[in-house]
Amino acid sequence: MDFQSLFVISIGAIFVSNFVLSRFLGICPYIGVSKQLDSALGMGMAVIFVMSMASVVTWSIYTFFLAPTQANVLYLIFMKGSGSPPDLTYLRTISFILVIATLVQFVEMVIQKLSPGLYRSLGIYLPLITTNCAVLGVSLLNIDSSYSFIESLVNGFMSGVGFTLALVLMAGLREKLELANVPKAMKGAPIAFIMAGLMSLAFFGFAGLKLG
Amino acid sequence: MTLTKEFLKGLYKENPVFRLMLGLCPVLATSTSVNNAIGMGSATLFVLLSSNIVVSLIRKAVPGKIRIPVFIIVIATFVTIVEMVMAGFFPALSKSLGNFISLIVVNCIILGRAEAFASKNSVFRSILDGLGMGLGFALAMIIIATFREILGNGTWLGIPVLGESFNPITIFILSPGAFLTIGYLIGFFNWFESRRLAGK
Repeated sequence: MDFQSLFVISIGAIFVSNFVLSRFLGICPYIGVSKQLDSALGMGMAVIFVMSMASVVTWSIYTFFLAPTQANVLYLIFMKGSGSPPDLTYLRTISFILVIATLVQFVEMVIQKLSPGLYRSLGIYLPLITTNCAVLGVSLLNIDSSYSFIESLVNGFMSGVGFTLALVLMAGLREKLELANVPKAMKGAPIAFIMAGLMSLAFFGFAGLKLG
Repeated sequence: MTLTKEFLKGLYKENPVFRLMLGLCPVLATSTSVNNAIGMGSATLFVLLSSNIVVSLIRKAVPGKIRIPVFIIVIATFVTIVEMVMAGFFPALSKSLGNFISLIVVNCIILGRAEAFASKNSVFRSILDGLGMGLGFALAMIIIATFREILGNGTWLGIPVLGESFNPITIFILSPGAFLTIGYLIGFFNWFESRRLAGK
């Protein structure tokens, strides 16, 4: 295991190419659920959890069912390992989104059964996550960067941490903003976007980090 | 609601980007140039229109409990078609839009319109709704991209407009510029709307 590469991936996912502020994924919950610190933390935890799970599951699906390799399960079963492996990568989008939707439902049921306390705090955020593009985004990103299993898991987890960091920072700022005198037309989402722009500018400083 | 109003509501009154604020991820990420905005806007328009038609056609056959997964499969099918067409016919555009073509599948406008409109209305009305909303989305993207490309690169659709002496404000085609532009534009439309209502 190469810990250095995992470290580089982690720093990259949290700071350098932060999911919200530089990759523009998961903007809807970022603006929608960042009004209070508590709900921002809850949403962040749910996203970290689902993104790690989704990274692992979609990586396995891609590697064992869709990619044209000798290890493709469908190729071994239906073609008995003869001929060239089929290239099913065009089914990527449709299979990933179905798997993610099912996974979110499943996670919701498991949490409800095992930990009612956690369910009460995460419950309302879980259904929202299916249409959070950060989850599908991280799955596609893992494939595009041809990460290994462990690298995908770390990237999924750390991207979730980066999302949570941005969300919690934003929620803290917006709670303070309640007291500020904002022009009427700019109240709510517009000023939140401008703040996000300034935060994104600040995070731009991390782009200068030379790692690896 | 009259048929003309059904079509026109997506353009301004219920504009998905400026008024409803749905599906903002691709808006922010791919509005770096007018060219990308047109590509992304037309891809979304196509998916929205097709999914509205199909969802409206099957609305009586789908049981209520599994409607969301069914809608997602319909949408994902059209997104896959768009992905393949883009990669085949417009490889350069497909490369610069990247994963955001696949991510149309989780764009809230499309599932939102399927759930809120197409699953309750006739095919003809759904077509008008899809066209209006899709055009409204594409138009909003083009407006944002116009500001960003002119300020950040000094060009519009690749044509230089501000002359040699203009020093491009590069920040506008980078990520902070996207947030700033959309923030000020939403603020402007809020102000415009309140003025319009006050004048009535």
